[in-house]
Amino acid sequence: MPKTYEEINERIRKGEAVVLTAEEIIDAVGKDGLEKTAKEVDVVTTATFGPMCSSGAMLNTGHSNPKMKMQKAWLNEVNAYAGIAAVDLYVGASELQQNDPANSRYPGEFNYGGGHVIEDLIARKDVLLKATSYGTDCYPRKELESWINLEDLNEAVLVNPRNGYQNYNVAVNQSDKTIYTYMGKLLPKLGNANYCSAGQLSPLLNDPLYRTIGIGTRIFIGGAQGYVYWNGTQHDPTVARNKNGVPMGGAGTLAVVGDMKQMSPEFIRGVSMTGYGVSLAVGLGIPIPILDEEILKFVSVKDSDILAPIVDYSHDYPNAINNALGMVSYEELKSGKIQVNGKELPTGSLSSYRKAREIAAELKKQVSKGDFLLQEPIQNLPLDTKFKSLKMREGKND
Amino acid sequence: MTKKKVLLKFPQNGVSKPFTYRLIKDYDLIVNIFKARVTPEETGELWIELEGSDDRIKKGLDYLKKERIEIIPLEKQIERNRETCTDCGACVSLCPSYAITMDRKKWEVNFDKKKCIACELCVDACPVKAIKVNF
Ligand code: SF4
Ligand code: SF4
Repeated sequence: MPKTYEEINERIRKGEAVVLTAEEIIDAVGKDGLEKTAKEVDVVTTATFGPMCSSGAMLNTGHSNPKMKMQKAWLNEVNAYAGIAAVDLYVGASELQQNDPANSRYPGEFNYGGGHVIEDLIARKDVLLKATSYGTDCYPRKELESWINLEDLNEAVLVNPRNGYQNYNVAVNQSDKTIYTYMGKLLPKLGNANYCSAGQLSPLLNDPLYRTIGIGTRIFIGGAQGYVYWNGTQHDPTVARNKNGVPMGGAGTLAVVGDMKQMSPEFIRGVSMTGYGVSLAVGLGIPIPILDEEILKFVSVKDSDILAPIVDYSHDYPNAINNALGMVSYEELKSGKIQVNGKELPTGSLSSYRKAREIAAELKKQVSKGDFLLQEPIQNLPLDTKFKSLKMREGKND
Repeated sequence: MTKKKVLLKFPQNGVSKPFTYRLIKDYDLIVNIFKARVTPEETGELWIELEGSDDRIKKGLDYLKKERIEIIPLEKQIERNRETCTDCGACVSLCPSYAITMDRKKWEVNFDKKKCIACELCVDACPVKAIKVNF
């Protein structure tokens, strides 16, 4: 008998909901089977904690006296986008400090950037705001320098136009020199392999066809309660899938949003990828309601059922050559070694499975205690869009 | 028999003397070289492991000290800050000596300083800069 969101929320409110993490559900289904478990379990919690460059903070600083229409702005010397309303600012996670030498001293260290500004704000550290403008009759001020703190801002909203990637590449390096990528440091001649997914704990791998995760879904983001507001950028639901519906490469993505004032630095971290740039690691957790047996079957997905393509990041990836060196399961990746072209490679990960577990457990606690209710999506994520490459052209078409 | 890993820092012009030969010949030590480097200023750095009796290792090191070579015990070189580390695992696949390992039950990353040969491969791979080289 299928359950409804309302029935599940009623049980959550009463503190009676049965909640398991996406790891625990595997054993439960193994022991009791789908039918019995679907009746007993109300919610399964999923989570991930990894770097996501497509992140930023939308801030409103309030007005100075005299007032100012900020035209250019910096937060701790990191460029913030001010081409919006007078005292609205947007700081992107991968923005650099003004004087960062970037990769001119290769590999660049990228010690501090937008991701770190966001982390510092959430940690309630003072951040130095500098702004310049041309001055108008209504906003005469031309220069501003002031310390600001998250507490004093009117709004501070974390926006992630792309998060929760449903599966991803495994990165290797076939060249004969070390390379530095957004997938980490890759040693020459297939010296190591890096992956970046929580596998069986990861939200969209537990809801491969987006039956419960959609626009309006309430989520755990960086310690706060937030929402999915759209499909993520590069959402690519039409990639090849295995018989269980699990995509065999990067597929769906989520655009998510949450209030920074409710977040904790424990679940939001600025990161520096040597030779690549700055980013932000974001803790994301999504509860999945067990409405019926099909959904239960999806959430009982195991690492061994999820395959990812092995991609060369020295040549194939940068040159947009679609060529997987092989497929590998998360079970193999998490064993610490995989085989590529007959060679054994040690594996490393960019997303923290320990943190993902912590978030899944925290979300389980909140739902069990009645502090976190489920929100039914108001619109489903698209299942038919395709991620396109840029078609470069010299001539203007219109 | 004990093993001791040290980083030897040679003064200018000291690089060309046959120190390792002396350690082997005169002090009967097994010398294992992990890494050697001559800086642009012509000073040298040698990462080695000495194997022998405690007494002979001590005498060998005393000899090096007399030759004005700076001796830094290597166990203290690479430090991972447990607080800032997120246990992501980005460093795990880089370590050639199994000093960094993933506990695949707890999914925590362990650092075994005794196994570290201070190759520094992991240092720039940490996204939260939790790994530091301490000289
Ligand atoms: S310095 Fe080298 S040996 Fe030491 S922990 Fe790092 S990678 Fe391993
Ligand atoms: S790369 Fe850094 S944060 Fe990740 S496990 Fe290693 S020391 Fe910890």
